[in-house]
Amino acid sequence: MSLVKLQLNNLHKSFGDIEVLKGIDLSISEGEMVCLIGSSGSGKSTLLRCINLLEPIDQGEIVFNGRDISEPGLNPQPVRQKIGLVFQSFHLFPHMTALENVMLAPKRTSNKPRDEIRSDAERLFAKFGLADRMEHYPDQLSGGQQQRVAIVRALAMKPQIMLFDEVTSALDPELIEEVLDVLRQLRRQGMTMILATHEIGFAREAADTVCMLDNGKIIEKASPEKLFSDPSEARTRQFLSSVLKR
Amino acid sequence: MEKRSTARIAFEKKQKRKGVAIATLSSALLILALIILIPRTPGWEKVQSSFFNSDILIKTFPSLLKAFLVDIAIFLWSLPAIAILGLLIALARDQKAPAMFPLRILGIVYTDIFRGVPVILTIFLIGFGIPGLGLPRPWNSPYLWGTVALVLTYSAYVAEIIRSGIESVHESQRGAGKSLGLSEADTMRFIVLPQALRRVVPANMNMLVALQKDVALLSFIGPVEILRQAGVHKSLMANFTPYVGAALIFLAVTVPATRYADYLLAKQHRERS
Amino acid sequence: MTLQPNNRKNGLSNQNFPYTHTTAKTAVSTLKRTVKIALTGIALIFGANAYAAECAAGKTLKEGILTIATGNPAYFPWVMDNDPASGNGFEAAVAYAVAEQMGFAKENVEWTSASFDESIQPGAKNFDFNLQQFSITEEREKVVDFSKPYYSAAMAVLVRKSAVDNGAEATVTSLKELKWGIDANTTALKMLQDNIQPNSDPLLYDDNVNVTEAMKANQIDAALFDLPTALYLGAVVLDDGVVLGQFPADRSETPDQFGLLMEEGNELKACVDEAIDAITANGTLAGIESEWLQQTTGVPLIK
Repeated sequence: MSLVKLQLNNLHKSFGDIEVLKGIDLSISEGEMVCLIGSSGSGKSTLLRCINLLEPIDQGEIVFNGRDISEPGLNPQPVRQKIGLVFQSFHLFPHMTALENVMLAPKRTSNKPRDEIRSDAERLFAKFGLADRMEHYPDQLSGGQQQRVAIVRALAMKPQIMLFDEVTSALDPELIEEVLDVLRQLRRQGMTMILATHEIGFAREAADTVCMLDNGKIIEKASPEKLFSDPSEARTRQFLSSVLKR
Repeated sequence: MEKRSTARIAFEKKQKRKGVAIATLSSALLILALIILIPRTPGWEKVQSSFFNSDILIKTFPSLLKAFLVDIAIFLWSLPAIAILGLLIALARDQKAPAMFPLRILGIVYTDIFRGVPVILTIFLIGFGIPGLGLPRPWNSPYLWGTVALVLTYSAYVAEIIRSGIESVHESQRGAGKSLGLSEADTMRFIVLPQALRRVVPANMNMLVALQKDVALLSFIGPVEILRQAGVHKSLMANFTPYVGAALIFLAVTVPATRYADYLLAKQHRERS
Repeated sequence: MTLQPNNRKNGLSNQNFPYTHTTAKTAVSTLKRTVKIALTGIALIFGANAYAAECAAGKTLKEGILTIATGNPAYFPWVMDNDPASGNGFEAAVAYAVAEQMGFAKENVEWTSASFDESIQPGAKNFDFNLQQFSITEEREKVVDFSKPYYSAAMAVLVRKSAVDNGAEATVTSLKELKWGIDANTTALKMLQDNIQPNSDPLLYDDNVNVTEAMKANQIDAALFDLPTALYLGAVVLDDGVVLGQFPADRSETPDQFGLLMEEGNELKACVDEAIDAITANGTLAGIESEWLQQTTGVPLIK
């Protein structure tokens, strides 16, 4: 827990007149799992998209492996290859089979032989219980299966850090667990992860650190035991009680 | 509940059968009326001998078919050029980087001009104008420059169709590609375009049908294709039947193509809903 | 049509002649006979035109008016400035001479325009006769009627100076080598195929202007027109046009004679033919020809 993998310093981001991130500071160590909680619109998704460089930031620094990756003019491609992002609604490529979805980016960005890429992909499919789904198209898969393929697709790039943006929110309740199992598996392997989630139970069980985002700021950061049982901020208490009521 | 629904199904079946019967009957009556009434009109004999003269049709049909080969050839060699140019223009119009601004403007100007000018004017302008600048034979051939005119016009339409297809692919697909570390070009090539092109197949099929007909416009600048051949027969024999023959040949090609395009479109609608 | 159209009801006179539709034909012919007798007397006083006027009576589209069609645009030297009503130009002058011979004063002639397609399609016409260099052919005669010819056209080969520089001559052997362009609506194509048989297929166009445009673009070397048209295009439209040679007007094979075009079965045909015979016989036609059409003797014959 000593090596800092990712460091966010005073991150600001606006869309037009609306400031969505108002100075985020956060440090994530290698192998750490951070959960971001907070109501919709609190800035969780935007924060993850900024880290993946899908959205340029207006102010601040994103230091990844000791290097600021937010400077303008820097080619984002190699950075994104090391920072995996999984979306709420999967965004699989509908015209490709599951296997093709997974193999596309490795094929285009590395000069590994095709056979090796394929066997790597097949190993990942097998590992996450999808071996018999490789030749299926996305619309032939259940939501849980699609999301697991999306995670495999991100993992195939061998990222050093994984970002998960409410990956269970679009799923039927009975399918959520199979995706959470994948996250647990990754956690056991020591993957550095940031999770934006509404699954309080899972956060309490698996996270090292929980951050409460409200209105573009991290208002509280603590261990799950502390934050969930004895939050210091009134806004956190209010949010938790509303989420737990459901 | 069960009983009522079977009754309902039977009723619907009956309604459907009734509908088919009425449609058949009304079509038959209409055709019958046309067959009986038209020949009774006072001018029918003259119209028949001028437009539906079987002797002339038989006499001219082989030469029309032969001339139609010219149409097919022009159509076939225009096609790849239209596809490639249309795609390039569509991609130019999709450029969002500031450095690519001139390219985007060029794409907009191109599509605006060539969709706005009547095809026949483009054909005259390019077909006579460019060779008129002093190109030696065979580089001043009306076949060559007529084809260029068709390609310019149709690629503008096809570019717009492709662009609408590109825009119909949700932005999140690009985001997913980029988040994996793919380049803009790879994202376009492997993720956006395959989906976009698939969506615009029916619209492009309709363009093909239109192109097949517009090939005949090249006859204005010299090439003797089917419509011109029919016109020559018409002029010498003072009879319009050769045009009817040409129309039959056109229909034999365009009707199946149009039906197929409609079928693809209907299939797409079903898949989406 | 078995019923007589309205414009034939009154014949020449304005008197009310009682009749019903079923007896219209008899009534009109009775009237005609009466009037004929009366007019023969008048004709002796006022000259021959009156007889011709009687011939056309009740046979025109509009009573007392002769409706004549030509192309739009109509070209030099057939019609000057695209204004046939001026009477200037060969065909405009012929039209008025025929009209006058038929008994229609200048103010009783109305002009309209009709395209080639309009003119040869079956059915009623919007003109009494139409003149725009229609060559009389057997096939066309099946669909429409032609008058006796009012002009026999020599066919001429138009080239640009560059072709002459390259050695083109007024011989069939030399002409075979050229790349030909033809106005597809004319009989020139048949003429070309019968008399020259060029080595490569000709390119075909819709009108004279497109043919000369293709010559300017160097897409074709030579074109075949009637001689007056060739002279005009060579002198005015092309900067460097040369009329290389001609097939003379009095050739025995594939003659090219212009006739006035009428709806098939038009009763006016006999009167029109009569008028053309008359203006041919009294030298009017020859006078018009020498006034509007250039002397064509300078163009060499094709060997």
